Amino acid sequence: MTRQSTQSSPVLELRNVTKTYKVKQGLFGKARPLTAVNDVSLSLPRGEVLGLVGESGCGKSTLAKILLGLEAPTHGQVLVDGEEIGAQDRLSLARRIQPIFQDPYSSLNPRKSIFDIVSLPLRVHGVGGPQDWEKQVREILDIVGLPARVMNTYPSQMSGGQRQRVAIARALIMKPEIVICDEPTSALDVSVQSQILNLLGDLRREFGLTYLFISHDLAVVEHLATRVAVMYLGRIVEEADVAGLFDHARHPYTQALLKSVLTPEPGLGVPDTQLGMAYPNPIDPPSGCQFHPRCPLATAHCKAKAPRPVPTPQGLVECHLYDTESPMFDNKAA
Amino acid sequence: MEKPLLSVRNLTIDIPVGGGTLHAVRGIDFDLNRGETLCIVGESGSGKSLTSLAVMGLLGKTIRRTADRMDFDGTDLTRANPRTMRKLRGARMSMIFQEPMTSLNPAYTIGDQLTEALLLHKPVGREAARARAVELLEKVGITAAESRLSQYPHQLSGGLRQRVMIAMALMCEPELIIADEPTTALDVTIQAQILRLLYDLGREMNMAMILITHDLGVVARVADKVAVMYAGELVETGPAADVFNTPSHPYTRGLLRCIPLPGKTERGSTLGTIPGIVPSLVGDIEGCAFRTRCPYAEAACRSEIPRQGSAGHAFRCIHEDGKRQAEEATA
Repeated sequence: MTRQSTQSSPVLELRNVTKTYKVKQGLFGKARPLTAVNDVSLSLPRGEVLGLVGESGCGKSTLAKILLGLEAPTHGQVLVDGEEIGAQDRLSLARRIQPIFQDPYSSLNPRKSIFDIVSLPLRVHGVGGPQDWEKQVREILDIVGLPARVMNTYPSQMSGGQRQRVAIARALIMKPEIVICDEPTSALDVSVQSQILNLLGDLRREFGLTYLFISHDLAVVEHLATRVAVMYLGRIVEEADVAGLFDHARHPYTQALLKSVLTPEPGLGVPDTQLGMAYPNPIDPPSGCQFHPRCPLATAHCKAKAPRPVPTPQGLVECHLYDTESPMFDNKAA
Repeated sequence: MEKPLLSVRNLTIDIPVGGGTLHAVRGIDFDLNRGETLCIVGESGSGKSLTSLAVMGLLGKTIRRTADRMDFDGTDLTRANPRTMRKLRGARMSMIFQEPMTSLNPAYTIGDQLTEALLLHKPVGREAARARAVELLEKVGITAAESRLSQYPHQLSGGLRQRVMIAMALMCEPELIIADEPTTALDVTIQAQILRLLYDLGREMNMAMILITHDLGVVARVADKVAVMYAGELVETGPAADVFNTPSHPYTRGLLRCIPLPGKTERGSTLGTIPGIVPSLVGDIEGCAFRTRCPYAEAACRSEIPRQGSAGHAFRCIHEDGKRQAEEATA
């Protein structure tokens, strides 16, 4: 396997990726475009964990599907180690990028034994024979903290945490470079969640894995991620390293998201996010800055003109307040 | 002292299963005053949802519920016949479920479902009931409330549906609301709004609320009283500030260590865990159910477990302060 690329070059890169679906409204309605991912550029250096946060319907999972090669982008390129994934076949892509899904109850086939589930990637890729499979399954189960005896059991005999460990074992058995974790702990109890988070952290250090970590739990993202991207209606509205984003959030949407986190500190009450109205319908996105109807700082300018992505030393932010060329530029905010 | 609105003593729920009896809830006690919010927190299978269904009289026929006392404002719920329960449910006590899509009827309009309980329980006409529905939809922050009445559940988003569920539970101005994970399926931004709403409405109408959740953040922010449940027992109960500031049962402390605390837990550090798994509740259970996972377990944990602490902040452990001070000294 070739893995000699330099530390600084991104292992995963998205260049102006757009995904548009045609959505029919009503039985005889005309199909209208829904832009789930809108001109997204991101790069993920090797060994980093990119946390992707945003509300339901913002396009997080569509982005994950594009990265896994399950959906083709309408425009733009996805590059793995500098090579476009459209040019690679599914099998070789699957060797490098593997998913871990949210619900370990529905992502494991109930009719297959744990050995069959975990060894399937080896068989699909034609790696070795049955003797090697057993050895490799044994090894990977040990790595994810499961005893070898579970090989002959079925998913229904396992707890939620054990199932998620099986899902992780299956994702890692081909030694991928990138793991797409789509809400990997949100179906689990807190005591099990912490075990899985610790495991994901240990595996990353041990195998130099790169994660895209999708979650709506900001405390979990803050804990595990090294970089964070905030998504709103298909756009990345802010991207920064984890300290920058959580200690000095800049986009008003990021600030509102952080404000809505309920830390277990009694006496603080429930915060008022001032987000007011609900998430807009992506079929009818608002004009100008798409966040303006919910933004406490919005002006007429925000309604009329979409902000451009502003590169800053801390990372990218898409808001007029930080754009020196915008009439709304706010020296204090920036 | 004020008489509690709801007083439960020694509530026990047994479920007959293939291999014997599953002791899902084992002798729990709690009191709830008017206007107070009690959060029952615990992991899957700890019995918190069954407890709430037991209060509402909604347990399945095969499930055995016993209690020394279950008193709702003078009505003995252990003896109440189905007719009495029907009169209470929806009128004086109501419930908000976790999944708004499955608990709303897809074949009826929002207006029909909202007004049903009011028309059934109170001597009001259709017009007055619809006016009340509009008033409550506005109160829970739904715009264009009038036009929503003729819509069906599938036409609303998850956040809106959950607001409709809340409005529905409030229609008859109940004295007690039981909310079972009301915000678990929602985005954090909507979660904060819904919780604020429940909190404000509870204060405004002097409602008592039992909030069932596994989210310690939610508990800390909305609870007056907290009850920590493990394997069918209340292992620690007390005012929210006391339980969070001086968590006395080793399980409570274990849970708090499992969650990353923004600003306190070092990013990327190893989180605390609770090793082992929840014991099977089928058959006889002796002593402390947490002892198989507890770092301080000893032989005496197999015997009867005393109740420690004060009447306000109590916990079940053989160790004097649940080893809290010893643990803090080594931390």
